[in-house]
Amino acid sequence: MEALIALIIGILTACGVFLALRGQTFPVVLGLTFLSYAVNLFLFAMGRLAIGAPPVIADGAAYTDPLPQALVLTAIVISFGMTAFVIVLALKARAELGNDHVDGTHYDEEGPR
Amino acid sequence: MNGLATHWPILPVLLPLVAGIVLLALRNAPLAVQRGISLAATVALVPLVLALLAGAGDGAQYVYKLGNWDAPFGIVLVVDRLAAWMLMATALVALFALLHALQGVDAEGRYFHVLYQLQLFGLNGTFLTGDLFNLFVFFEILLLASYGLLLHGGGRLRVKAGLHFVVINLAGSTLFLFAVGTLYGVTGTLNMADLAVKLAHTSTANLALIQTAGLLLFAVFALKAALLPLYLWLPAAYAHTSAPVAALFAIMTKVGAYSILRVYSLMFGGDAGSVAGLLDAWLAPLALATLIVGMLGVVASTALRQQAAYLVVASIGSLLLAFGLGTRDAIAAGLYYLPHSVFAVAALFLLADSISRARGEFADRFVPGFTMPGARVLGGLFFIVAVALAGLPPLSGFLGKFMLLRAALDSPLFPWVWGVVLVTGLAGMIALARSGSLLFYRTLGANGATPTPTAPTWAALAPVAGLLLLLIGMVIWAGPLSGYASATATQLLQPQLYISAVLGATP
Repeated sequence: MEALIALIIGILTACGVFLALRGQTFPVVLGLTFLSYAVNLFLFAMGRLAIGAPPVIADGAAYTDPLPQALVLTAIVISFGMTAFVIVLALKARAELGNDHVDGTHYDEEGPR
Repeated sequence: MNGLATHWPILPVLLPLVAGIVLLALRNAPLAVQRGISLAATVALVPLVLALLAGAGDGAQYVYKLGNWDAPFGIVLVVDRLAAWMLMATALVALFALLHALQGVDAEGRYFHVLYQLQLFGLNGTFLTGDLFNLFVFFEILLLASYGLLLHGGGRLRVKAGLHFVVINLAGSTLFLFAVGTLYGVTGTLNMADLAVKLAHTSTANLALIQTAGLLLFAVFALKAALLPLYLWLPAAYAHTSAPVAALFAIMTKVGAYSILRVYSLMFGGDAGSVAGLLDAWLAPLALATLIVGMLGVVASTALRQQAAYLVVASIGSLLLAFGLGTRDAIAAGLYYLPHSVFAVAALFLLADSISRARGEFADRFVPGFTMPGARVLGGLFFIVAVALAGLPPLSGFLGKFMLLRAALDSPLFPWVWGVVLVTGLAGMIALARSGSLLFYRTLGANGATPTPTAPTWAALAPVAGLLLLLIGMVIWAGPLSGYASATATQLLQPQLYISAVLGATP
C-alpha cells in the first residue's frame, strides 16, 4: 500500500507541476489544486499507514496518529480558501486584461488575440 | 514573569485579530469610524510591543502556552529578544503606513482596514509562534491578507502582478507543507524546540530526509524573503501596489529572513549534530548574488517605485549576508540593519507616492517633467531617504553596513563581502543621485498644463518625516540598540536557552 500511495502522490505532484507551468490561468489553477491534493495526501501518510486501527487512542495498543489528520484538515481548509481566491483573481484578470494568459499578453499589434 | 502580566505575549496577536473582526462587523459604518478603530488598534500595538521589548531585554524568554497545554503537545508563543525586536519594527512601520493610508488610499475600495489588521495579525503571529505548523498557518494568514491589500484599488498592472504573486506563493505554501510533513514524519513533532532536540540525534538512516526537509524549508523562506533566484515576483508586485501597502510589505520580506534566522539558528545550529550548518554553503553566496542583482535592478530602474522595489531586494541581500556569515557580530549587524532597511524603504515608497502625485502625468517615471509643486520639501526628504538607503554617514544605513563589514573581517568570505558590499553601495549611491537629479533638477520648467498636479499635503508627508525621525533615532541611540542586537545574537547562538525555556528542564 505504501508503494501505491507514494505513486499516487508522485503522479498528482507531477501533474500539478506540469499544469502550474502552463501559460493560461485555468490550467495553472488546476495545477495548484493538484499540488494541494498531493500535499494533503502526503501529510496524511506522514502519520504512517495503518489499516483497521482506531482513529484515536482506544483500549488496544495500536492506534493511528491523530495529529496528521488535524494537520490535513487545516491544510484542506486553507488550500480550499486559496483556490477559491485564485479562481476569482483569475476571472478578474481575464476581465481586466482581456485574455487568460498569465502574463496578460495582448496580441493587438503582433497578431490575433 | 517579572513585570509582564501572564497574558501579555498573546496580546500583539489578539489585538489586530479582534480589531479586524470588529471592523468586519462594522463594514457599513462610516469611514471615519473604521479609520478610528484601525488607527487606535495600530497605535495601541506600539506601547504593547515596547513593553514586550523591555521585558525581553533582560534576556528572559516568555513562553505562553495556548490552552495551557504543555510544550511539545500544545502550541506555544515565545517572546524572546528576536521576536520582540521584529514586533517592534512591524508595529512602527505599520503605524506610519496606516497614517499615510488614511489620506485616501483606504477609501479606494472596501475592507482595507479589515485586511490591514489581519495582515498585522499574521505578521505578529509569525514572529511569536514556536510551532512549525503554526508558522505555516500564520504565513497563510498574512499572505491571504496581503493578496487583498496588494490588489486593493484594482487596475490592470496590479491584477497582473497580483496573479503572479498569488500563484508563486501558493506553490511556496505547498513546498512548506511538504517540508513540514517530512519533518513530522521523521521526528513526530512540530514544536520547534522539540524538533531541535530530536534533530540533534538524527540517525544516519534519516539524515537525507532531514536534509531534504531542511533545504525545502529554506527554499520556502527564500521565496518569501525574495532571495536570488526567487526574487522575480517582488519588483512588479511592490512597484504596482498602493504606497502604504508597499511600505507595509517592506516588513514582509523580512518575515522570510526572520524565519531563516529562527529555524536555522534553533534547529540546524551549532548543537544540531549531523545536520548542523545545513545552510553554511548556501546562504552567504546566494545573499551576495542577491545584493548584486538587486543593485543592478536599482541602477536599471525606469521609475522611482520600481527602484524602491529593487532596493528591497538589495536590502534582503545585505541582511541575509549578515545572517549567512553566522557569527555573533554579523548577526547583530544584520539585526541592527533590519529595522533600518524597513523604515528607509517604507519612507521611500510613501515619498514616491507624493512625488508621483506632484508630477502629474509623468508620475514616478525617470523622465524630465515639469517642476513639481512643493519641490523643496519633497527634494529635501528624498535627499535624506537616499542618504539612508545608500548607507552614507550620518544615518543608520552607514552604521549597519559598517558593523557588517567589521564583522566580516574574520570570515573566509571577507574579500567577497567587502568587495560586493562596497561596490554595490557605490552603485546604489550613483543610482539614487541620478534619480534625485532627474526628478528635481532636470525639469522642463514651470508647468503650463492643466490641471495642475496636486502639491503634497503635510499630512501625506508627516509619515515619511516620522519614519526618517526613527532613522535618526536609530543613530542617536545606536549604542543601546546595537547592544540589544548583539545580546539578541548571543541569545540566538545559544539555542539550548530557547529549548529549556519552552520544554522546561533540558533533556
